[in-house]
Amino acid sequence: MKRFRGFIQKEFYHIFRDKRSLFILFGMPIAQILLFGFAITNEINNVDIAILDHSKDATTEEIINKIGASKYFSIQQIIEKEADIETIFKKGKVKAVLTFEKDFSKNLIKEHKATVQIIADATDPNTANTISNFVNAILQKYQNELNKEVTIAYQIVPETRMVYNPELKSVYMFVPGVMTIILMLVSAMMTSISITREKELGTMEILLVSPIKPFQVILGKVFPYIFLSIINAIVIVLLSLFIFDMQVQGSLFLLGLESVLFIVSSLALGILISTISASQQTAMMISLMGLMLPVILLSGFIFPISSMPLPLQIISNIIPAKWFIIILKGIMLKGVGIQFIWKETLILFGMTVFFIGLSIKKYKIRLE
Amino acid sequence: MGITVRNISKTYKNVKALQDISFAVKPAEIFGLIGPDGAGKTTLFRILTTLLFADEGKATVAGYDVVTAYKDIRKSVGYMPGKFSLYHDLTVEENLNFFATIFGTTIEENYELIEDIYVQIAPFKNRRAGKLSGGMKQKLALCCALIHKPKVLFLDEPTTGVDPVSRKEFWEMLKRLQEKEITILVSTPYMDEAALCDRIALIQAGKILQIDTPEAIVRHYPKQIYNVGASNMYALINSLKAYEHKHSVYPFGEFVHYTDRRSNFNPEDLRRYLESQDLRQLAIEATAATIEDTFMELAK
Repeated sequence: MKRFRGFIQKEFYHIFRDKRSLFILFGMPIAQILLFGFAITNEINNVDIAILDHSKDATTEEIINKIGASKYFSIQQIIEKEADIETIFKKGKVKAVLTFEKDFSKNLIKEHKATVQIIADATDPNTANTISNFVNAILQKYQNELNKEVTIAYQIVPETRMVYNPELKSVYMFVPGVMTIILMLVSAMMTSISITREKELGTMEILLVSPIKPFQVILGKVFPYIFLSIINAIVIVLLSLFIFDMQVQGSLFLLGLESVLFIVSSLALGILISTISASQQTAMMISLMGLMLPVILLSGFIFPISSMPLPLQIISNIIPAKWFIIILKGIMLKGVGIQFIWKETLILFGMTVFFIGLSIKKYKIRLE
Repeated sequence: MGITVRNISKTYKNVKALQDISFAVKPAEIFGLIGPDGAGKTTLFRILTTLLFADEGKATVAGYDVVTAYKDIRKSVGYMPGKFSLYHDLTVEENLNFFATIFGTTIEENYELIEDIYVQIAPFKNRRAGKLSGGMKQKLALCCALIHKPKVLFLDEPTTGVDPVSRKEFWEMLKRLQEKEITILVSTPYMDEAALCDRIALIQAGKILQIDTPEAIVRHYPKQIYNVGASNMYALINSLKAYEHKHSVYPFGEFVHYTDRRSNFNPEDLRRYLESQDLRQLAIEATAATIEDTFMELAK
């Protein structure tokens, strides 16, 4: 036990004396959460638009006011002729132009029909889509107000309710993903690097020729990172609560347990990586290419798994991160208990046992 | 006790690293493995420290078999690999403490063993190991290998890259460790260090050329060696190599070591020949063979 304690103490010296690893450990989680929370977002806010109003009557005035008053749009410019649309887009000043047809009010009253054209800059297709949806929604709302007195015989009214994330905040989607990436990276990459560093330095030779047992070396390597990863998870949850006002709906205790399970599975992966790589560089490359990319692309973090081609959907099943993200979303957003995520937990548990077994089997007590 | 090696062979892909090596090291003996880079010294060390399996043969260290009783060996030997392998980001004291802890002991417990060495690095005990000079690093590594009072000490080229003064000190320490009943197997590419061992094995290309005490190895050198000097070394070597009766010609410091093929060799013949080659300030005198001469002769 004293041996083990000495080993862990040494590991902490390594971590706290290496600026690079300290940065990865504590700089990255904060940077990523802030980046994903603020910069990379699907929401629109104060998008600059322009108005081309051929009609200039009371109705268009009212619609323009409504659009301008919403927090999604800010009217940058009122233009006078069609030709200006092209120019204003090219200058990149606005993301969309709203064109009201001539005699808008008159048409609406006489023919019960008037057209407004939304021209959106689709160089960024997501934003263009969102803008058009939001404008539609505002118009729809105005139309309902107009029709209040009139009863239309047959009417289907879709009533959409966005549950678990009513404001459609993208930070709700990113937090579980970022947490997964960070726990994975810290655990797998840092352990594999720290084990291969001993190989590179030649200290592994001395450790092998000593009474300390291989499993003690591995546990000693792994333990500090379990501890640091848990701190990281706590930091992420706190950051999302205080900066993005995102509360964890479910049990914090369950969240903690599931996180530890995922951390352990990542650590086992890290040990596995270290057994197949001879240098720190290789370990880092394998961790980044072999873990980061699949986690970002195939775990459902950014791209929904259901819209992937079938082969990719099948592959996504072997990625532990996929299951952890489902669990996280369940606990953090839906507030579900273990009875709803026991299947995912069991899969993750099985994977963890498999990785641990494999890495113990592959760990060499000799040099070759 | 000590070390026994019987018919050990080891092959990497298509390189024969060790071929049928056998020798025995007595308890409390300093045994030197002398040979150039690539001779197989490190491979042999790794087999004896249980880090590698031999393809053939058997070996025991401190009475334990290297294959079946590897755990016992790992508890009772000290190993200092060729390349400096301590933690650069830990201080001198932390390194020593760490190795003491994983061997289940403390610095205080075996302090008398490392005292002579440790007092020299103690002024730097709060310095990171990576920032030490070469000699200091070696002393620290030796301290770390000794901290658990091993029965057998393996030192793989401990003085490579170390200044002459530190090298001398290092060997004095080994002599003192020997008095404490520690068996020492040490490898070195430096022939002058060979003379400091009790017995040496000359090893080249995975084969042992000769095993004996340094004195005996030198004594058995078959020929009389002459130190030959001249003002122009380069021309001298070329002329000697072109001499029809030469047996061997090796540069050795400021002289050339020369042996002749004839049994009734007269140095005056050589002097006349060299004078005819326009060499000036000639000096020819008989000298004793060194281990290096023996090595060169055997490796021929």
